[in-house]
Amino acid sequence: MSGTRRTFLDWPVLRQVRSGDLLGRGAAVTSARTRARQPRTTTADRVARSVCPYCAVGCGQKIFVKDEKIVQIEGDPDSPISRGRLCPKGSASTQLVTSPTRVTKVMYRAPHATEWTHLDLETATDMIADRILETRRRTWQDTDARGLRLNRTMGIAALGGAALDNEENYLIKKLFTGLGAVQIENQARI
Amino acid sequence: MANADCVVIQGSNMAECHPVAYQWVTEAKARGAKIIHIDPRFTRTSAVADKHVPIRVGSDIVLLGALIRHVLETGSYFEEYVRAYTNAATLVDESFQDTEELDGIFSGYDPETGTYDMTSWGYDSAAGDDHVEQSSEREGDEHGSSRKERSAGDEHGSGGPSLEHAEVERDDTMQHPRCVLQVLRRHYARYTPELVERTCGISADDFAYLANALTENSGRERTSCFAYAVGWTQHSLGAQYIRTAAILQLLLGNIGRPGGGIMALRGHASIQGSTDIPTLFNLLPGYLPMPWAGRHDDFDDYIASIASPRQKGYWVNADAYAVNLLKAWWGDAATEDNDWAFAYLPRIDGNHNTYATTMGMIDGTVEGYFLLGQNPAVGASHGRLQRAGMSNLKWLVVRDLNLIESATFWKDGPEIATGEMKTEDIGTEVFFLPPASHAEKSGTFTQTQRLLQWREAAVAPPGECQSDLDFFYKLGLRLRERLAQSTDPRDRPLLDLTWDYAVDEHGEIEADAVLQEINGRFLTGEKAGQMLPMYSSMKADGSTSGGCWIYCGVYADGVNQANRRKPDAEQNWVSAEWGWAWPDNRRILYNRASADLDGKPWSERKAYVWWDEEAGRWTGHDRPDFPLTTPPSYRPPKGTAGIEGLAGDDPFVMQADGKGWLYAPKGLLDGPMPTHYEPQESPVANPLYHQQRNPARFVYPRPDNPSAPSAGDPGSSVYPYVFTTYRLTEHHTAGGMSRWLPYLAELQPAFFCEVSPELAAERGLENGGWATIVSPRSAIEARVLVTERMRPLRIGEQTVHQIGLPYHWGQGGTGAVVTGDGANDLLGVTLDPNVAIQESKASTCDIRAGRRPTGPALRALVEDYLTRAGVTTTTGNVRRHVDAVPQASPTPEDDSGDSDGDGGRYDEGDAAAGSYPADPREDEDEA
Repeated sequence: MSGTRRTFLDWPVLRQVRSGDLLGRGAAVTSARTRARQPRTTTADRVARSVCPYCAVGCGQKIFVKDEKIVQIEGDPDSPISRGRLCPKGSASTQLVTSPTRVTKVMYRAPHATEWTHLDLETATDMIADRILETRRRTWQDTDARGLRLNRTMGIAALGGAALDNEENYLIKKLFTGLGAVQIENQARI
Repeated sequence: MANADCVVIQGSNMAECHPVAYQWVTEAKARGAKIIHIDPRFTRTSAVADKHVPIRVGSDIVLLGALIRHVLETGSYFEEYVRAYTNAATLVDESFQDTEELDGIFSGYDPETGTYDMTSWGYDSAAGDDHVEQSSEREGDEHGSSRKERSAGDEHGSGGPSLEHAEVERDDTMQHPRCVLQVLRRHYARYTPELVERTCGISADDFAYLANALTENSGRERTSCFAYAVGWTQHSLGAQYIRTAAILQLLLGNIGRPGGGIMALRGHASIQGSTDIPTLFNLLPGYLPMPWAGRHDDFDDYIASIASPRQKGYWVNADAYAVNLLKAWWGDAATEDNDWAFAYLPRIDGNHNTYATTMGMIDGTVEGYFLLGQNPAVGASHGRLQRAGMSNLKWLVVRDLNLIESATFWKDGPEIATGEMKTEDIGTEVFFLPPASHAEKSGTFTQTQRLLQWREAAVAPPGECQSDLDFFYKLGLRLRERLAQSTDPRDRPLLDLTWDYAVDEHGEIEADAVLQEINGRFLTGEKAGQMLPMYSSMKADGSTSGGCWIYCGVYADGVNQANRRKPDAEQNWVSAEWGWAWPDNRRILYNRASADLDGKPWSERKAYVWWDEEAGRWTGHDRPDFPLTTPPSYRPPKGTAGIEGLAGDDPFVMQADGKGWLYAPKGLLDGPMPTHYEPQESPVANPLYHQQRNPARFVYPRPDNPSAPSAGDPGSSVYPYVFTTYRLTEHHTAGGMSRWLPYLAELQPAFFCEVSPELAAERGLENGGWATIVSPRSAIEARVLVTERMRPLRIGEQTVHQIGLPYHWGQGGTGAVVTGDGANDLLGVTLDPNVAIQESKASTCDIRAGRRPTGPALRALVEDYLTRAGVTTTTGNVRRHVDAVPQASPTPEDDSGDSDGDGGRYDEGDAAAGSYPADPREDEDEA
């Protein structure tokens, strides 16, 4: 309850009449706290225009940001595909990106280890580069048994998720092709 | 879809899996359209359709084939459209033999390799011997076995296979016994309503309802559309399911028109993009094939294999598309003298699909593996095989938002629980790297209608999270740095890659720079540095570069066209100014077919694009998918190739002859026409032939991949029921983006199985209780949902029970709000021959009341079933059925090509017609 003094005008029936909320289901019964509330969407610092990451319909999303944090994700009414709608998954996107279960640190499991340890990103990327070059060296095939040119390694493979965007797929395919790795696959096969 | 007069949804639960898109079906319904849902289960889609037709999984080709027969026998096909725009009038070569003559195989079958020599499938050629000779020197002689190995079906993602030329024998009366229409009529003659009843479990009345709905709502004034999802693709003949629908839609005149088409409802944000700019073993961007060792050794061989310079349409410029890609990747190192660095590309020589890769891990050939937002321990078929593979790697990199099961299998996977694996014994080194989410990075997704939409990054990624784009960019920098001094020729392709992308103030790569490279730019002349406007401006002389020809134009005029967001309310119904669709921002492919032979709309109601006589050009609501100034009356001089070779009535501009293919003389590896085979595992015998299963499917007969015996084989009663897997609205695939979210997890907290009251009674299952489901691969437990949504089907003398299993749950993982057994653990690995997609929509199992055993007893249960069924590695894996006659079909006497000039006997490469695309990912879309 706020500290404002109540007058007889605040009596419920009078409130209902005064506010036009005759059935007492709206403004007449709204608490001061609720009245003071504003939707996160109106207090956001900025809005980014995005696309839902779940299925392939491509519903428009508006991502509301306050203090460099995502505070809400809603459907984009301008989109001719979705006209502002989102399904349960799309509506849960805020939780997807702000979830406390989301892991934001690099984790490392050494061979035969029973637990994870932490590595910093630079070290992990260096180690991965080492592993790639070592495996590539060990498994390189210049030619097949008949002498036909292969120029490749069959020791390295990848399976991409279909939430990779076009730019990512492009760079992944380009880099692995440059390395000679051919077993580069995607959910699209599945 | 909102413009359709009838919508048939089959192989999809659209209202549940694509709920926001379903608003357009609802809109069509509100305008009076008839909505029919054909599915084994009564689902949320059925609930809002006009009619639900239950079907036995794996029998769709019988139903669609019967519809084809119906429209042919009743003459209810769209005759003008069919005669002019399809290959119905084209004559097939005399040597072709149908499955109806050969007990379930087409001519050219080799039982040793399970592949076809497609020579006899071709057309009667009107061309002279010189053409024949040329074709056999080029790619015309590629045998089905190597095409199958490289999943050549995938290459038709943006157009049909090549043909040497487009000069064919036609009979415009369509009465000649060897013309396609008559061949088709004979092929489907046995696909009667009675066959539908005893194969699909669909009554004659329901069939009549469906047939009438489609024929009444097709023609000049009306159009019908089909929508499908993985209920069609995930079969051992999935590509042929889509082909059957394509044939039917062509016959009804429903392709290239508003409210028509076959909608591929794809399941992931940019899965279409992942096919267009593929991370797939056999493709390069824009559906260019990866080169094959020994077949594509030099650039000329490679280009000749993609398209003949003498065929029709836009694929004749394949050399330009390939040169532009090589220039984009290798810049100045790609020159005319070194064949544009074509030798830098690694070669494939087998079907290196993801399942083969997993088996390679088990067999020790694959050492390192990257998982990029993918959870195969739960999401891929045969989870046990997946985990066995990953536990045998040297190193594994997992990039995911959460600690998914594929990241933690070494400590808490199901095999740890059964004692088959011990954490300390698993030598896999695991790197878990947290990625940026979709909201924390910019870039384009390509959605299911080929539409690219740009995302603006909202915030920076938290902690050590990094976009996949930036990770691979930085990894590339490191690898190049390490090898900078190398003189080894094998390192040149990596060191010569163009890798100088613009970076932002944090040193992170700009996605925009990559999109510009994909679009392509002029390299020389006055426009040097400017963005290419469209793929027709790509040159094969090295003066332009572009990473993906079909995406050329996404950055036209130096503007990111994918970032256009003109509000829906401010533009017309085609919404051409929202995002950008490939190719050239067209929203309906092959839309010249929306006009009649004279270029006028078939009807005012269905007007879309048309010929403007006064202006001398095509115009309409959408970008015409046709050479703009080619009039409807144009007929090219004999022998004209390429774009000028397209006649005014050749709407299928990416096809080698400009026609829609009712019969595919080339392109599909398991037959020129779809024919019914039973799934790898089925309680029903194929009613048409001794040949039970697709004779060209991929089988992997290994002890770790057993199959259940099918109808008629001893032991089949051990796995008497059919199961099919599916998705729910509240979860996403393997659960990595949903089971970790409280909002979604509480909406669907537990794994369950759907069974009919009849099956529940037969097996003593109680609603809300537990059941154990046993397949040859594994046994899992689920809560029981007894529901009339599942209906037993009467198939001949048998009753077939089907069990529904949502596949979102998994065991293990860290932090998931809900866990459960994974349905995909029940599945085996048998693949479609065209595209190497697994059969995961139809398998057999047993179901029993109660929870499954734990520890070693679980494997003992599975082994006990295998022993009782007498399963061996050959069970289900013999390609040609032992009772089938003949065992192999006679191949033409001379199958080495016609270079000996035998005068007109047909060779595969000298055929002359185009194909309606064969790939399951191929679709006719509309906004």
